[in-house]
Amino acid sequence: MSITVSISHKLGKFDLDADFHIPDTGITALFGPSGSGKTSLINIIAGLETPRQGHIEISDRVVFDHRQRINLPARKRRVGYVFQDARLFPHKTVSENLYFGARRNAQKLPREEQSAILEMLGILPLMGRRPAALSGGEKQRVSLGRALLSNPDILLLDEPLSALDHARKQEILPYFEWLRDHRKIPMLYVTHAIDEVARLADHMVVIDQGKTLASGSVFEMLGRTDLPPLAGRFDAGTVLSARIVSRDPKAEVSFLDCAGQRLVVPYLGRPANPNVRLHIRARDVMIAKTAPTGISANNVIPVTITKISQENRDTVDISLRLGHDPDGRHQHDTANGQPVLHARITRWSAHRLKLGLGQKVFAVIKSVTVDGQVADQAI
Amino acid sequence: MISLTPTEIEALLLSLRISGVAVLCALPFAILVATALALGRFPGRFILDAIVHLPLILPPVVMGYLLLIGFGTRAPLGSWLYETFDIRFVFSWTGAALASAIVSFPFQVRAIRLSLENVNHGLYQAAETLGAGPVDRFFSLTLPLALPGIIAGAITAFAASLGEFGAIITFVSNIPGETRTLPLAIYTAIQTPGGELAAARLAALSIGLAFAGLLLSEIAMRHIRKRALA
Repeated sequence: MSITVSISHKLGKFDLDADFHIPDTGITALFGPSGSGKTSLINIIAGLETPRQGHIEISDRVVFDHRQRINLPARKRRVGYVFQDARLFPHKTVSENLYFGARRNAQKLPREEQSAILEMLGILPLMGRRPAALSGGEKQRVSLGRALLSNPDILLLDEPLSALDHARKQEILPYFEWLRDHRKIPMLYVTHAIDEVARLADHMVVIDQGKTLASGSVFEMLGRTDLPPLAGRFDAGTVLSARIVSRDPKAEVSFLDCAGQRLVVPYLGRPANPNVRLHIRARDVMIAKTAPTGISANNVIPVTITKISQENRDTVDISLRLGHDPDGRHQHDTANGQPVLHARITRWSAHRLKLGLGQKVFAVIKSVTVDGQVADQAI
Repeated sequence: MISLTPTEIEALLLSLRISGVAVLCALPFAILVATALALGRFPGRFILDAIVHLPLILPPVVMGYLLLIGFGTRAPLGSWLYETFDIRFVFSWTGAALASAIVSFPFQVRAIRLSLENVNHGLYQAAETLGAGPVDRFFSLTLPLALPGIIAGAITAFAASLGEFGAIITFVSNIPGETRTLPLAIYTAIQTPGGELAAARLAALSIGLAFAGLLLSEIAMRHIRKRALA
C-alpha cells in the first residue's frame, strides 16, 4: 500500500516532472518554494488537471496512466482535498457542507467515526451556520471535516494554514497532529513553511522549479544540505526525536534524552506522552574542539564529525553524529543508527579549527534556539 | 378606492398572463443559454451570443414581422406546429406570449450569465473532489448560486414583457380579450375620440404595476441576500 506519482506536464514557464513514492501512512510534506509547482502537482493527483503523461497510483489503485488510457475523473479518485481558501459552499449550512461528500459516496464512514471526527474538530456547535458567519480557522476546520467525512483514500492539503494568522495556525495545527496520530489516512501536505514540516511531517518530498529533487523521511531530508530549497535557507537544520526525562518548572526548562545525550530546552509542559520532536537549525549549532566551561549555552554535546560539505561559497555544513566514537573504531559517513546533527559554520572557522572527518568535538547549542514540539505518540 | 372597469381588468389580467407565461416558458432556455455562454467553451459561442442579443437591437416591429413570417399558419414552422400539435400563434394570446418571451429573452440571459460568471470556479473543483458529477454540480451549486441572477432576470424580463407593444401588434394584432395587453389598450384608447380619460387611467395602472414590480424585486433580492449570509 503506497502512493506512487510519476508524471510530466507542461506548466507555464517550466516543465513539471514529478517522480516519487510515499508510504500511505502519516504526513508527507510536499515542500518547495512558492511557484515551484506544488499546487499543480496535487491538482494532478486529485484529477483536477491532466498531466501530459505518466502514472499515478493511490493506495495501489491506478487513477492515471497515459499508456493504458486510464484517467479517473476527480470525483472517482477518492481524494479529500483541503484547499488553501477552504472553498465552502456559501449557500449551504456547515452541516450540509460537511455531508456533501459523504452523501455522494457509497462507502460511507461508520456513523461513530463521523461523530468522532466532528467532535475532534469541535464543529458540532457550528452545524446550523452558514460559511459567511465563520472565522477563518472555523472555515478551515469545516473544510477539513468535509474532506474527511467523504472517506477518502488520501488527504491532499494545499497550504491549509497559509491564509491564517499565527494564532489561527496554532489553533489548527493540533488537528493535523491528531489526524496523523489517530487516523490511518495518508496525507500529502503542501507547504513552504519549514516549521510546519518539522512539526507535522514524517516524510518529505522536496520540489523546486517543477522537479521533485528528493524524497525520504523528514529526519533524513531536513538534515540534507545539498537540496537547493533547503540548503540556501536560513532555517536548514535537523529534526531529532527525544524524550522528556525530567523538568524544572521553576527554572522553566525541560531535560530531554536524545540517543543517550542530555539536552536542556525551554519548558515543554507536562504532556502525557514524553516524546518530543526538536528542530535545531544548523546555523544555531556551534562547534568546540574542547568542552567549553563557564558559558551560558546549556547544551554541550559530544559529537563525531561524519561529513564536511563545502558546497556553499562562504559556509561549510558539517554533519555531526551524536556521541564520541570509541577510539580505534573506523569512522564512516553513515549515521550508524545514531542521530546526526548539522552545523553551519563559516569556511574561516572550519579552517581555523582544522576540522576533519572522524574528529571528536563538541556541539554547543543554546536552549532558546531549539524548537521543541510535543508529539502525541512515539515517532 | 377607484374601481377598475371590466375592460381595464381584462387588459391587466391579459398582460400579467402573457408576461408570466412568456417569462416562465423562456426561463429554462435562458438558464441553458446563459450556462453555455458563461461556462462553455465551444465554437460558435460568439454567434450564439449575438443571436441572443438580437432582439435588443432589432426594432420590435421587425421582430413581429419575422415572427409572422416564421410562425404564420401558412409558414413552414407555423403550419407544422398547427398541424402536428394544434398550436396556433397568430391572432392568439400564445403568440403574444411568444413575442414577449423572445423580446425579453436577452434580459434573462444577461442577468443569469452575470451571476454564473461570479461563482468562484474553485467551488466546482471542491465539489468534484467530493464526488459530484457535472449534472450534480449544476443542480447543487450552479443553480442555487445563480438564483439571485435568475430572479433578477425574471423580474426584469417580466417588466420588459409588460411594456411590449411593437412585436405584439405586428405579430398577433390587437384583439380585445385575446391580444390587447395594457400598452395596446392605451394605444387603442388614444386612437378613440374621447378616450383621453381611459388612456390616462390605463397609463396610471401601468405605472402602478411597474412600481409594484420594482418593490417585489427589491423584497425578493433582500430575502435572498439575507439567506445567503445568515
